[in-house]
Amino acid sequence: MSFLSNFISGLSLGSIYALIALGYTMVYGIAKMLNFAHGDVIMVGAFTVIVVVNSLGLPGVVGILASVLICVLMGVTIERIAYKPLRSSPPLSVLITAIGVSYFLQSLALLIFGSTQKSFPKVFNVAPVHLGELTIKGESIETLAVTTIIMVGLTLFINKTKMGKAMRAVSEDREAAELMGISVNRTITVTFAIGSALAAVAGLFFGATYGFIGPYSGAMPGIKAFVAAVFGGIGSIPGAMLGGILLGIIENLAKAYISTELSDAIVFGVLVLVLLVKPTGLLGKKINEKV
Amino acid sequence: MAVKPSERIMVPLPSHSIVPIEDMHKAPVLQTHQLGIDFGGLTAVNNLNLAIGPTEICGLIGPNGAGKTTVFNLLTNVYQPTRGTILLDGYDTKGKSCDQVSKMGIARTFQNIRLFGKMTVMDNVKIGMHNQLHTSFASSVTHAFGYKKAEKQAYDKAKELLDFFGMADLRHHEAGSLPYGAQRRLEIIRALATNPKILLLDEPAAGMNPSETAELMENIRRIRDEFQIAIMLIEHDMNLVMGICEGICVLNYGEIIAKGTPDEIKANPKVIEAYLGKKADK
Repeated sequence: MSFLSNFISGLSLGSIYALIALGYTMVYGIAKMLNFAHGDVIMVGAFTVIVVVNSLGLPGVVGILASVLICVLMGVTIERIAYKPLRSSPPLSVLITAIGVSYFLQSLALLIFGSTQKSFPKVFNVAPVHLGELTIKGESIETLAVTTIIMVGLTLFINKTKMGKAMRAVSEDREAAELMGISVNRTITVTFAIGSALAAVAGLFFGATYGFIGPYSGAMPGIKAFVAAVFGGIGSIPGAMLGGILLGIIENLAKAYISTELSDAIVFGVLVLVLLVKPTGLLGKKINEKV
Repeated sequence: MAVKPSERIMVPLPSHSIVPIEDMHKAPVLQTHQLGIDFGGLTAVNNLNLAIGPTEICGLIGPNGAGKTTVFNLLTNVYQPTRGTILLDGYDTKGKSCDQVSKMGIARTFQNIRLFGKMTVMDNVKIGMHNQLHTSFASSVTHAFGYKKAEKQAYDKAKELLDFFGMADLRHHEAGSLPYGAQRRLEIIRALATNPKILLLDEPAAGMNPSETAELMENIRRIRDEFQIAIMLIEHDMNLVMGICEGICVLNYGEIIAKGTPDEIKANPKVIEAYLGKKADK
C-alpha cells in the first residue's frame, strides 16, 4: 500500500513538472529558444497568491485568477522586451538573456519579499480520501484533477483550433507559415501567454504541496521541468506530459526506497541513460536535415 | 495586425507588354521598379523591372545561380530589398512582414517542398486559409456560436480546392507521407488557399517525369482560367516554360537580359549565350 501511495504522490508531483515542462517545450517548439526564466514565473505566480490571499485577505479563487493574469502579462511582457528584439540573433544570446531575466525575477522577489520563505495559504480544501489502508492527500487529488483537465484542453486546443494549428505550422516551418499569412509574432505571444498561465497553475500546486515559497523556489522545479521536457523530447507536447509525470514518479520512488539525498542524482542519471539510448528524448522526432 | 492602407498606384501596363489580350490596358498585378538587393558586397539582383498582368502566366528563367529564387524571396518580403520598389496590386510592400504581404495577395511554393509534413493534407490547406477563417480565440476554445459554421465553411472550401486537383480522397493522410508528385500538388493547393492575386511557383516541375509535367502544365492553365490570377514561375524545363508562358524574363547575374514571347526568347542571341556560353573567337 505504501508503494501505491508513493506512486500517487509521485504522479501528482509529476503533473506539476509536466505543467511547467509544457511551457518549456511549447516555447522551444515555436520560438526555438530555451526560456530559462520560465521556472521563476512559477515563483511569481505563487507569490501573487500569497499577496492576494494572505495580505489582502481576498478569497482563494481571486488569488488564482490574479496569479494567472499576472503571470500571463509578465510572460508576454518579458517576451516583448527581452526576447523579441533578439528574434534573429544567435541562440546563445537569447539563452544568456533568458538566464538574465531569471536572475532579474529572483532579485526582484528578494527585494520585495525578503529572503525568508513565506507560508502558502490553503486555497483548496479537498479532504484526503481513504481507500482501505491507502490515503490519498487532498493536494494530490486536486493537482491530478486540474492537470488532467488542462492537458486534455491543451491537446484539443493544439489539434483542433485555428490558433493551435497555426502554432504547429510555425513550429514545423516558421518561414513557410509566415508566407501562408500566419503572424509569427502573434503566435509567439500566444505561446508565451499559454506557457505562463500553465506556470501560474503549477506555482499554485507547488505552493500547496510544499507550503512555503521563497524567491528561489522556482529555480529547482524549473530545472527539473526542463529535464522533463528534454526527457520526453523537447518540442513535443505529449513528450512534456509524459516526461514530467515519469520524472515525478521516479523522484518520489527514489526518495521512498533508495535515498532522499540521492533522489535528484537518480533523476538526472535516468535522464542521461535515456538520452544515451534515444538522444531525441522519449517522444522526440528525429530531425531530418535536408541538404 | 491590419495592413496599413497606403496609396494605391494603378498605372496601366505599357502597350508593348506581352500579356493575354484580356489584360491589355489593365493595371499590372505585380510591378517592380529598379528592384535590387546586395548581400554584403555582392549584388545578387539589380535593376529588376517587371510588370505582370492580372491573368498572365509569366516565366522567369536563367542559368543556375542567376538569382531567380532571390527574386521570389524579394517579392514575398523574405528579403528586404536594398533598393527599388515593389507594387502588389498597386500597393507598396515596403516594410511589410511576410504574413502581411501574404494577406495583400501573393502566395508561393518552394523549390524544395516545405509542407507541414506532420499535419494532415486537410490541415495544410486550412493553414493556407488562416486569414480567411474568422473564428475568434474565445469561440474556438468554447466551440460556441459561429465557430462550427466557420469551421464547416473552411472545410468545404478546402475540400473543393482539393477536389479541383483530384486530391480530396487523400485529405486525412499525413502530408509528409504522400508521394512526391502529390506533395508538389498539395503545395500549390496550400498556396491557392491563401486566395492570392498572384501565385509564384518555384520549379514546380522539378523531379517530375514527362507525363507528370504535362499534367502540371494543364493544371497551371486551369488555375489561371478558373481562379483568374497571375502566375509567375521559375522553371528549368523549357518545354513547360515555352508551352504555357505568355511572357518570359531571362535573368543572368541578377539582371534581366531579355524579355519577350517564347519565340523571341528562343531566338535571342543573348539568351543562347547565357545558357551555352559565347562562341570562341576565331
